Amino acid sequence: MTLMNEPIKRAEVKPKYCRFKKNGIKYIDYKDPDFLLKFINEQGKILPRRLTGTSWKFQNKVAQAVKRARHIAILPYLADQMK
Amino acid sequence: MSNYETVFILNPVLSEDQAKDAVEKFKKVLTKDKAEVINVEQWGLKKMAYPIQNKSTGFYNLIEFATENTGIINTLETEFRRDESVMRFLTTVLDKHAIAYNARRRKGEFNRNKKTTTTTKTTTKKREGAEA
Repeated sequence: MTLMNEPIKRAEVKPKYCRFKKNGIKYIDYKDPDFLLKFINEQGKILPRRLTGTSWKFQNKVAQAVKRARHIAILPYLADQMK
Repeated sequence: MSNYETVFILNPVLSEDQAKDAVEKFKKVLTKDKAEVINVEQWGLKKMAYPIQNKSTGFYNLIEFATENTGIINTLETEFRRDESVMRFLTTVLDKHAIAYNARRRKGEFNRNKKTTTTTKTTTKKREGAEA
């Protein structure tokens, strides 16, 4: 009995959702660094879809916006500690 | 007819008046070819995320315009390349959602809303605390 596996609490695993679809955001502004900060890690890399839950359609738009922001030096191409 | 938006960074060595003159110059390039300038924003001297041409700050400017003549973008960008005071530029086409977003942005819906809501909330909380 002591060796029995603990039951996994399925209810604690929250289902992911796309925040753009849920909130009806249709355009991602590349000029807004505070918003784009949610989609990059502390090295300045774009976070994958499996972590943020963003849908494919909006992940492409997020990636495009982050890349544009990098070009005009609003976000860094590489960083050590951003957050 | 489509709308475009261009962001460009001017050299921080320029004085504020020189920066304004440069923006006027690029506006003229657009108006000369019958493009309709919708919005011009000057964000002032901003710190950049990484140094460009060994400078850590720059004058950020934004011009939004509408035109049918797509060749105008080439002429504008050659002007950017010729001008040594322009450190970076980025021109993008705006889709319908972007146009709607920019219209709201022009009215100042985003920044002002955020600021006012946060300030009102904090004040009400403080008041509640004082009453309690």
